[in-house]
Amino acid sequence: MNGFFDIPSDLQSSYLGLISTHMQEALVPVLVGLLLALPIGLLCVRVNWIYPPVLWITTVLYAIPSIAFFVVLIDYTGLSKTTVMIPLTLYSLVVLVPAVVDGVRSVPEETNAAAAAMGIGSLRRYLQVQLPIAVPAIMAGLRVATASSISLVSVGSLIGNQGALGNLLTTAMLYHRPLLAVNSVVTTAVLAVLVDAVLVLLRRVLTPWQPASGRKAARRTSTIAGAARTPESVS
Amino acid sequence: MIAIEDVSKRYADGTVAVDRLSLQIPNHSITVLVGPSGCGKTTTLRMINRMIEPSSGTIRVNGEDILRKPVNALRQSMGYVIQNAGLFQHRTILDNIATVPRLLGWSKQRARARAAELMERVGLDPAMARRYPYQLSGGQQQRVGVARALAADPPILLMDEPFSAVDPVVRRGLQEELLRIQGELGKAIVFVTHDMDEAITIGDRVAVLRTGGKLAQFAAPDELLSAPADAFVEEFLGGDRGIRGLSFLSTRDLALDRSRVFPVGSDWQQLAGESAGAGPVLVTDADAKPLGWADLTVWAGDVQALEPHGQAFEVGKDSLRVALDRAVLSPTGQAVAVDGAGRVLGLAGQETVAAAIRAARQRRAADSEGVSTVKAAR
Repeated sequence: MNGFFDIPSDLQSSYLGLISTHMQEALVPVLVGLLLALPIGLLCVRVNWIYPPVLWITTVLYAIPSIAFFVVLIDYTGLSKTTVMIPLTLYSLVVLVPAVVDGVRSVPEETNAAAAAMGIGSLRRYLQVQLPIAVPAIMAGLRVATASSISLVSVGSLIGNQGALGNLLTTAMLYHRPLLAVNSVVTTAVLAVLVDAVLVLLRRVLTPWQPASGRKAARRTSTIAGAARTPESVS
Repeated sequence: MIAIEDVSKRYADGTVAVDRLSLQIPNHSITVLVGPSGCGKTTTLRMINRMIEPSSGTIRVNGEDILRKPVNALRQSMGYVIQNAGLFQHRTILDNIATVPRLLGWSKQRARARAAELMERVGLDPAMARRYPYQLSGGQQQRVGVARALAADPPILLMDEPFSAVDPVVRRGLQEELLRIQGELGKAIVFVTHDMDEAITIGDRVAVLRTGGKLAQFAAPDELLSAPADAFVEEFLGGDRGIRGLSFLSTRDLALDRSRVFPVGSDWQQLAGESAGAGPVLVTDADAKPLGWADLTVWAGDVQALEPHGQAFEVGKDSLRVALDRAVLSPTGQAVAVDGAGRVLGLAGQETVAAAIRAARQRRAADSEGVSTVKAAR
C-alpha cells in the first residue's frame, strides 16, 4: 500500500476523485470570475474613471492571504468547497477584469464608430461587437487565471480535506511518503497543461476570423487563392 | 432633404468646431463637405446622425427635427461609411452587410439574400461572402463598407472620408463605382473629404469649410473652379483650377478639322503636291479608325512607318480638359477626335480647344447676366 496511486484513506477519496474535486474547485471560480468580470468590464469601459479604483480593489483582494478569507468565511460556509472557491473567484478577477477591459479597448475606433452609426445600442454593441472582438484578449486572461487557479486550489488543505490534490502534499509529509508529493505536483502540472490546451483550442474555434500568424497565414491565404480558382467556387 | 440651420458646435474647452453653419442638402445628389483638418467637416457630418449633438441650431430631415426621433432609429435610417471601412472583423462579409437589416428585424435568410444582392451591386465577387474582413484588400473592404451602409436602403448616406486610406488607382475606381451606384439609386449623399480633387470629381454641390467651422463657399464644382469666393477657397483649390475647370466643358461644339484626315489607299502623290507645306496628315484604315501620322513630303505609303497617333478623345463624352491633354501630348499638336465606335471625326489643335474655351466662357458670362436680369426683374 505504498504505491504512487495508493491514496491514504484519511483523504476519503480515490485518485480520480481528487482530480475531479480539484478541477471543480479550480474551474468554477474562474467561470464565476469571468461572469463577474463581464459587467465590471462594461462599467469600466463606459465610465472611464472607475477602472483605476476597480483595478486597485482587485489587486488588494489578490494580496489578501487565503487563510484570512477562510477565517472569515468558515463562520458562513463552513469547511466546504465553497469556502475555498470564494477567494479563488476573487483572485481570478485580478487577471480577468483587465483582460476584458483591455480587450474591449483594443476594438478599433472605426469599428466602434461604425457600430454606433448603424444604430446598435450600447449594451448590444458590447455583447455583439466589442466582446467577440475582445475574445483573444479574454482567452489569454482566462489561460493565466485558470493555470493560477489550478495551482492555488492546494491551499484548501488548510481547512481539512478541501485541498484536493494539495492534500497529497500534507499527507506525504505526515506519512513520510515522498512519492505522494511527486504525484500531487505532477498531476497538478498535467491538469494545468491539459486545460490550457483545451483553452487554446477553444480560442481557435471561437475566432475563425483571426489571421493565423506567420507561416500559417501564408498557407491559409494560398489555399483561399487556390480555392477561388477552382470551378466550383466560380459557379 | 437635410436642412442644417444655424448650427454651432462649441466644446467645453472653448474650441469652436462648427460656427453658425447653414446648408441645404438636396435629395438625389451628392453634397461634399471639404476643407482642411479642423474645419469641422466630420463634426458636421456626425451631427446629422447625432453621434455629436450640436450646441445650438437645428437639423431637419425632410422637415422633421432630428432630435424628435429615437437616436438608434434615426441612425438606422442613414447609411454610414467610414475611413478604413470599420468592418466587424469577427463577422463574415455577408453578415457584415446584413447588420442593419438584422437590427431592423429582418429574418436571417432575407437579410442575407439582400446582402448578396448588394455585394453584386458594389462589384464584389460572390465567392467572398463567407470570408472575413482580414482576407480582403483595403479597396474591397471599403466596397463592403458601402454595401453595408446601403443594406437597409436608407434614403440618406453619410460618408466620412471613405476613400482616403486607399491608393489613388483604387480610389478612382471606388469614386466611379459610387457615381454609378448613385446614378442607379439617387440617394441624398453627404460626403466628407479633405481632397479637393475628390470633391470636384464626385460632388454635385461642394461646401468649402475653413478652419474654425465657417462656411467659405457652397457651389457646384465648375462654379467653384471658375469663381472662387475668396483667397482661401482659391488657395485650397490649388494652382491649376483653370485647367481642371475644363473638365466641365463639353467637346460637343469643337470646330473639328476634317480636311487633314485620309483613308489608306488615297492618292498620296497627288495629296503631297496639294498639302506638302501644310504639315502632317492623319491616316485612317478602311473603317475610319486612326492608324497614325504621316508627313507627306517623306512618307511613301508604308503603314508601318506611320508615327503613332497616341490616345484619341471621344466627342461628347470626354471633356475639353481631355481634348487639351491629348492635343498637348500629340506629336503634331493635333488631338484626334473619335466617335463612340472609335471612328475619326476630325482633328482638334490646341488653338481649336482654346477657341472652344473662349466660346464657353462667353456663353457662361451671357448666362449669368441673364440670371441676374431675371433676379432683378423679380
